[in-house]
Amino acid sequence: MRRIISILMENEPGALSRVVGLFSQRGYNIETLTVAPTEDETLSRLTMTTTGDEKKIEQITKHLNKLIEVVKLVDLTEGAHIEREIMLMKVKATGAQRAEVKRTVDIFRGQIVDVTATVYTVQLTGTTDKLEAFIAAIGETQVLEVVRSGVSGISRGEKVLSL
Amino acid sequence: MLSGAEMVVRALQDEGVEYIFGYPGGAVLHIYDALFQQDTVNHILVRHEQAATHAADGYARSTGKPGVVLVTSGPGATNAITGIATAFMDSIPMVVLSGQVRSDWIGDDAFQETDMVGLSRPIVKHSFMVRDPRQIPDMIKKAFYIASTGRPGPVLVDIPKDHTAPHNTFPYEYPKKVKMRSYAPVTRGHSGQIRKAVDELLKAKRPVIYAGGGVIQGEASEALTALARKLNFPVTNTLMGLGAYPGTDEQFLGMLGMHGTYEANMAMHNADVILAAGARLDDRVTNNTKKFCPGAKIVHIDIDPASISKNVAAHIPIVGPVGQVLDEMLAMLDEQGSVGTDTKSLERWWQEIAGWREVHGLRFETNEQGPMKPQQVVQALYKATKGDAYITSDVGQHQMFAAQYYLYDRPRRWINSGGLGTMGFGLPAAMGVQFAHPDAVVACVTGEGSIQMNIQELSTCLQYGLPIKIININNQALGMVRQWQDMQYGGRHSQSYMESLPDFVKLAESYGHVGMMVEKIEDLDSAMEEAFALKDRLVFMDIYVDPTEHVYPMHIADGSMRDMWLSKTERT
Repeated sequence: MRRIISILMENEPGALSRVVGLFSQRGYNIETLTVAPTEDETLSRLTMTTTGDEKKIEQITKHLNKLIEVVKLVDLTEGAHIEREIMLMKVKATGAQRAEVKRTVDIFRGQIVDVTATVYTVQLTGTTDKLEAFIAAIGETQVLEVVRSGVSGISRGEKVLSL
Repeated sequence: MLSGAEMVVRALQDEGVEYIFGYPGGAVLHIYDALFQQDTVNHILVRHEQAATHAADGYARSTGKPGVVLVTSGPGATNAITGIATAFMDSIPMVVLSGQVRSDWIGDDAFQETDMVGLSRPIVKHSFMVRDPRQIPDMIKKAFYIASTGRPGPVLVDIPKDHTAPHNTFPYEYPKKVKMRSYAPVTRGHSGQIRKAVDELLKAKRPVIYAGGGVIQGEASEALTALARKLNFPVTNTLMGLGAYPGTDEQFLGMLGMHGTYEANMAMHNADVILAAGARLDDRVTNNTKKFCPGAKIVHIDIDPASISKNVAAHIPIVGPVGQVLDEMLAMLDEQGSVGTDTKSLERWWQEIAGWREVHGLRFETNEQGPMKPQQVVQALYKATKGDAYITSDVGQHQMFAAQYYLYDRPRRWINSGGLGTMGFGLPAAMGVQFAHPDAVVACVTGEGSIQMNIQELSTCLQYGLPIKIININNQALGMVRQWQDMQYGGRHSQSYMESLPDFVKLAESYGHVGMMVEKIEDLDSAMEEAFALKDRLVFMDIYVDPTEHVYPMHIADGSMRDMWLSKTERT
């Protein structure tokens, strides 16, 4: 099962490598990973997606919690949550395809953020599913380059992950 | 105003450190100079950094206080890795100070540079890299605090050379308290869970208490013993837990697991309630987890939540310090007046256990004409030391015999590398134990394979006059490897021989110690007596034993707890 684990951790050198090291050392899998400082500059917010059965996820969260730099942790998939990923993509845009790509971008509520005679650079935000649907709609042969941010997430409602 | 190096030493003094085990080198020269100019922290010079970590480890295991290590950068640090991993696997409190090249050279492949924080990451509880000398007091305080609280473990502090330079001085203040928002080990088990556990224990018809190293680390032996006696439950200890419950007590079933006693493994398999206290249900205990104790409800007490339901699901998990949890159980039993166990069922259970003990207690065959058996050596050691020595061991058959045949009545008397299984652990660990307990009898049970992995420490023992007794159970083979090759590889002894052995008697003598060779069983007791009578000398006893002997019982791979080989020809 796919899980989104969100972590508040000390914004210190070496903290990220401990999180990543834990995954390789215990044979867990990281699918996406994003990390950046928060409004409190002593803290970083890290979001990762991983897969595993209940037992494995329980071990992952327990071991993450044991890391000294991990201050708080939540498995967002346990409750209602919002997840977003940003994707930048260069798409071949020549001839008749130029209009077709533009229409598809509009349907997915993306934006064309850079243009040349033959290439559109598209920006798209959404869930992982939506981004994948967009790639499929554009057709892989059209795609020149893709860069994705990995999943960021936050819980719905009044619940907050803070100190 | 103190330099970084002086702050390191002052912090150790403020921590009350008596001994620091180490080896000097370029990156730590400032610290060694500061050590030279004081006399409260005693530095013990080993002959190899691995031995420094094992000695600190032996000190920690026998006292409960963190062991302290000081090594230089690069090879000094990498040599310490095996000892750090050993301490990590067995949850031993340890603080390792490693030198690092000057901070502006880090990443430049400087002379004797290695990324020690990176290298050690999977085998430490935590690590620090000093980025400013002013951080030193706080980091060392935190290192000791993290190493010795919660589930203990090794903590590394990596110190670049420029941060210890004598010309840069700073005001020094050692923090009185540690405050860390991200580290708060549990101090109490959940009372509701403890109540549930007590109710389950009282209903038990076929209970077993299975106690591990956590009971020793958590100073919970007294509480465990009191609870077991109050309930009249049988007790088995893991390899790491030996001594947590008195080995000579009637309620003690011996060690459980791969080389556990028949009665302990049978009792586990047939139990209806298992109280796992400070034990982690590891693969050397459980055999195939799918077949593990099919009828048992498991109550699992551990300070580390990640240990619970990792290998075997617990029915009643209790996260907390094992001593506090057991004390609360005792208090609940006291409160309700009568104990209220199912005494009739317990009586039948004890009868069943007595039957297993009678038929299949620990045993081995002796041969009047043939060579002596390794088990006899451990029995003679037990007799000669009246069961009251500190026994360290290396890894292999001799380790299992020392675990099975020496009965440990007290915690912290049996010192061995259980989790990592580190050959070469025994002698340096014995040094640490002897420093901590200068008047105690300390013996290292080893084999001719293991002892050669840290034999150079005989020199350290001479320097500090450590009267350790080395019991070298010499079967001229890597016995445990050979046993597996006999049992699983058609007797093809691939690389498990030990040829070209040194003359250990002469070797010991060349290091200024006493060497003795024993070949005949009739000489064994008198030789032991003679050796232990030499109270101020290290004695190396080279004792030749039957190279074909195997350790039994032995779990049959992938079976349940009750599936065991009992001898070369009999199995359950």
